Amino acid sequence: MRRPSFTNLVALALGLAFLYAPIAILVVYSFNASRLVTVWGGWSTRWYVALLEDRAMIDAALASLGIAIASAALATVLGTMAALALTRFRFRGRLPFAAMIYAPLVMPEVITGLSLLLLFVAIDLDRGFFTVIIAHTTLTMCFVTIIVQARLANFDRSLEEAAMDLGCPPGRTFFAITLPLIMPAVIAGFLLAFSLSLDDLVIASFTTGPGATTLPIRIYSEVRLGVKPEINAVCTIFIAVVGAAVIAASLIERSRARELVPCSPPDA
Amino acid sequence: MAKGSVGTDLGSAVSRPHPALPCWRGRAGWAIVAAPYLWLLGFFLVPFLIVLKISLSETAIAQPPYVPVLDFTAGFRGVKDFVAGLSFANYFTIAGDYLYMFSYLKSLKVAAVSTAMLLLCGVPLAYAMARAPRAAQPLLVTLVVLPFWTSFLIRVYAWINILQRDGLLNQAMVWLGLIDQPTTWLATDTAVYIGLVYSYLPFMVLPLYASFERLDESLLEAAADLGCPRWKTFFVITLPLAGRGLGAGALLCFVPIVGEFVVPDLLGGSDATMIGQTLWTEFFANKDWPVASAVAVVLIVLLIAPIAVYQHLQTGEIEGRR
Repeated sequence: MRRPSFTNLVALALGLAFLYAPIAILVVYSFNASRLVTVWGGWSTRWYVALLEDRAMIDAALASLGIAIASAALATVLGTMAALALTRFRFRGRLPFAAMIYAPLVMPEVITGLSLLLLFVAIDLDRGFFTVIIAHTTLTMCFVTIIVQARLANFDRSLEEAAMDLGCPPGRTFFAITLPLIMPAVIAGFLLAFSLSLDDLVIASFTTGPGATTLPIRIYSEVRLGVKPEINAVCTIFIAVVGAAVIAASLIERSRARELVPCSPPDA
Repeated sequence: MAKGSVGTDLGSAVSRPHPALPCWRGRAGWAIVAAPYLWLLGFFLVPFLIVLKISLSETAIAQPPYVPVLDFTAGFRGVKDFVAGLSFANYFTIAGDYLYMFSYLKSLKVAAVSTAMLLLCGVPLAYAMARAPRAAQPLLVTLVVLPFWTSFLIRVYAWINILQRDGLLNQAMVWLGLIDQPTTWLATDTAVYIGLVYSYLPFMVLPLYASFERLDESLLEAAADLGCPRWKTFFVITLPLAGRGLGAGALLCFVPIVGEFVVPDLLGGSDATMIGQTLWTEFFANKDWPVASAVAVVLIVLLIAPIAVYQHLQTGEIEGRR
């Protein structure tokens, strides 16, 4: 039954080619020696060297990294709490709470960005680094919640119950039993939040202020003026960093998942 | 909160949790619910109310650039002046100007067409993933998700490289003899559709894969044993059983695409803009915050129904998983 049929193989090959060809082309052309982006002039790393002197781009990258780390950390804590709230608690207002978790996932970014900006103006909060962190946390904590919640809903509750029956206090049960079991999902949630924050253009454009230009805002303003080889190089570095992190994370998650909960299916 | 409501729970129509574990009921348990709840109230719900309010205001050359401003220091009088100052003028502006109407319609059309295209591309891919050998499936999922992790902006930008006039697509097509002359791809609707399908494909494939993968294989075997051809099994059994994933995937793409900004802005033409771009221009170029807010409110109203259906499917999904 599990023999892959010809049509399925074709669908897989075409689908993956479609997903990867544009990225592969971008990476190859970032090593193009020619200034003309469409003419191949031999291999070269000159655009990477040029990047080292682009102070504005480096500053933007550092700002983005700072915002991504801070907001992902905050989102992981809040998102894990929200996931616990949804799977382990009964309280009034569960329905609106669940609605507020799912809505940001599909809400168009222009609306989220605009509404947060108007909030910051209304409460007279200076826009900059911190407002972008708040905005990104709000969006990404919902993704963390979804991932962690799936894990919490799947695992064996009897372990928690056994610990508590033996007199383990709830806080300790959480840190000794629950947290280690959901750790792969928490890590995956953190990484997803990190990459979403690093990637976001629209919400950051609305909520940023002077001195907090993020990498996507910087790339966007360059891209509007046309394709440049330097931008190809920035994007390649970006892809390499994120790609390495994701592959590492999925390897960690798979090995941890195997060692901790041998019978449960891996999360899709 | 968690403590008092254990017995009288009103909101548990969403996935019903286990009764709270005894010891989580104290102060710590309360904080676990309250922290994310308050955060979302403050930074998700309240901002919408502010958008609603500003959409009823008028532009002013001031800081903030709209009137009236709610002045609590003036007490009840302040509130009264504030309510009297509200007007629907911005909504009349939107309704009266066919530019906005066109923009909304165009966004809905683009979202509908690209969602249909995404279904056509996503179903075969997700199905093939679910039918692949078990051992290969985690790898396939990672491969499909990986591009989704690498910046959205970069993936759209990659297509500018390919679609521009002397780009690779034209070079390849001329070389293959499909066209004599380079055609214009960039700044057309075709480019927008390519960009949208490309960017949103993982969002479509993952929910579909999840439902195909969970499918009870004995049903397919039974159909095969009874002599049902494979294509027919697919349409009669597989697709209907994957309905939830189909719906979730379609909405997960449709709703954000309606408000999409990056793809049409970078790949599309400047003649017919989508509503996300209109809102952006209204806000950043025209600096008309009240009209931008009104545009946002109308957009939310348009999207409320699909978002509600999505939430319904999603909560059902979690229920089903248990």
